[in-house]
Amino acid sequence: MAIFLTEDSKILVQGITGSEGTKHTIRMLGSHANIVAGVTPGKGGQTVTAEGRDIPVFGSCSDAVAATGADVSVVFVPPRFAKAAVVEAVDAGIPLVVVITEGIPVHDTASFYQYAADSGTTRIVGPNCPGLISPGKSNAGIIPGTITKAGRIGLVSKSGTLTYQMMYELRDLGFSSAVGIGGDPVIGTTHIDCLAAFEADPETDAIVMIGEIGGDAEERAAAYIAEHVTKPIVGYVAGFTAPEGKTMGHAGAIVSGSSGTAQAKKEALEAVGVKVGKTPSETARLMREIITGPQA
Amino acid sequence: MDLYEYQAKDAFARHGVPTQSGEVVHTPAAAKAAAENIGGLVVVKAQVKTGGRGKAGGVKLAKDPQEAYDRAHDILGLDIKGHIVHQVLINPAADIAEEYYVSFLLDRANRTFLAMASKEGGMEIEQLAVERPEALAKVPVDAIVGVDRAKAEEIVDAAGFDDSVREGVINVLITLWDVFVKEDATLVEVNPLVKTPTGEVVALDGKVSLDDNAGFRHPEHEALVDFTETDPLELRAKEKDLNYVKLSGSVGVIGNGAGLVMSTLDVVAYAGEEFGGQKPANFLDIGGGASAEIMADGLEIILSDAEVKAVLVNVFGGITACDAVANGIVQALELLTAKGEAATLPLVVRLDGNNADLGRQILLDAANPLVELVDTMDGAARRVAELAAQGA
Repeated sequence: MAIFLTEDSKILVQGITGSEGTKHTIRMLGSHANIVAGVTPGKGGQTVTAEGRDIPVFGSCSDAVAATGADVSVVFVPPRFAKAAVVEAVDAGIPLVVVITEGIPVHDTASFYQYAADSGTTRIVGPNCPGLISPGKSNAGIIPGTITKAGRIGLVSKSGTLTYQMMYELRDLGFSSAVGIGGDPVIGTTHIDCLAAFEADPETDAIVMIGEIGGDAEERAAAYIAEHVTKPIVGYVAGFTAPEGKTMGHAGAIVSGSSGTAQAKKEALEAVGVKVGKTPSETARLMREIITGPQA
Repeated sequence: MDLYEYQAKDAFARHGVPTQSGEVVHTPAAAKAAAENIGGLVVVKAQVKTGGRGKAGGVKLAKDPQEAYDRAHDILGLDIKGHIVHQVLINPAADIAEEYYVSFLLDRANRTFLAMASKEGGMEIEQLAVERPEALAKVPVDAIVGVDRAKAEEIVDAAGFDDSVREGVINVLITLWDVFVKEDATLVEVNPLVKTPTGEVVALDGKVSLDDNAGFRHPEHEALVDFTETDPLELRAKEKDLNYVKLSGSVGVIGNGAGLVMSTLDVVAYAGEEFGGQKPANFLDIGGGASAEIMADGLEIILSDAEVKAVLVNVFGGITACDAVANGIVQALELLTAKGEAATLPLVVRLDGNNADLGRQILLDAANPLVELVDTMDGAARRVAELAAQGA
């Protein structure tokens, strides 16, 4: 079953004719994604040929949905056009919109997040995220499909490369779904949304949760876990050595005063029974113990 | 980007928030001249991007131009929480009847905006929030609807402002929202907002943080950037579009992806505990596409940090496979040699992920004596910490 994204998902790519859009369309097709359409305003009627398939390009999301029944959009459009692109996808009633674009002004994100929330029909993942993959089933975003195989671990992470690292370390066990929720201050899908979905997913046995400094999403996730999650969870938090007031790559990754520290997040997670690894390797080992029993 | 108080007040004035006009000066003599222009009692205010200026002696009254000279002389050069005062703002001293607080900010948890307001301004708002939370009204603001008159009234009512200032505060809230949205700010704060003896409501101080992601629609924000407090290496990195943060240790770090680099810093610091407390010297994320040029630019910055004794390159090959990264490293070292800046420090390289074996083979074939391959992230961190300790 996996979460949010399955073998039945019909994907459209917004910004398919751009270099990133085309490149990742090819990659997604190579890892089981069923890409049915592309959208680029003004380029309706064209065709993008990738992996031996001719993908029709439409001028708008609503045209693409009407013609193909697409139910997932992956957004690769540049920051200045991202808000309009997401609003268009919401208007077309697309249930899942994955925003890969990095560098979107937070006023734009807050606005399209609110728009999607008001619509009641659309879940946003991202922005500034690698997207999500259900290995062997589908892939919506830029997570390399070759890192890991299908399995029964669920993963949710703010960071792309840490997601890859963790999937790689546990590649022999495999994953049901991995969701990169993004490192921006405002994101559409949170740790909590993913924890709830993994808890409900019969194909997920255990969950890896990766956080990083900034905000209090991990603390809120901990409170949620205490009440609602029965499946075993291991955690990892990046940024223990990050100094106060310096943004570490992600716009959201900043320690301000006593809030947002890695230590506070680790303590909050441990207080609700989540085993937190000190390094990515140790975190992977903790998960391995849960799945296969204690290691020699 | 955080603005200085005077820049924040300029933004307020542009969008119609009642505030004071003043002059920014860099010398006591200029402070004296400014005080003469303004006339009467003035206040000399240190311009630094940190709170607690008053307590640190960075805000002083002056009754005449000579006193403005003396106070500016005292304040310029002062170290306030690690920020050296290079400029002071000369404002007319306001008569204050009451002090309030208002702000708009990003509410990450609720993924929307938040208005905060209090009748009890002047003190540190964090302190008020802890000591008397009931005195600080918090009102969510819908990102699409924004702050119209109805929302401003709701905020004013929630904070319980007196009728005598109701219209004044509503006006401030509506115009301040304009600053927040039109300047693409993530925070606008007025503390204190004051009522004068004649009943006017005026912003006496201002704090504004701008969203760096919105730079493309605000070319005018370029002019607000002030590099006097920026580390010279960070400045050079910025010119090359590198995502670099200077830290204080001895181990240079290059990696791909913000999360992985943050994690690498942690792992290096843990490993460094075994080797006399070696610590990471920097954060440097070269992003998904680690080309030879980006790698060379990154290495160049890190190698010019005199505190660096050894370098760790930690890359997970995802979209950019490890063979491309390995080629990048080899070419980067050649580029530096060709520029007459040949690397002399040991480079520990850990490659994992797509085509990792191929990447390692490329580095082995290149046989650069400075480059050492380690298979795991933890092992690489230990080795680089050891090398840094030897080089110290």
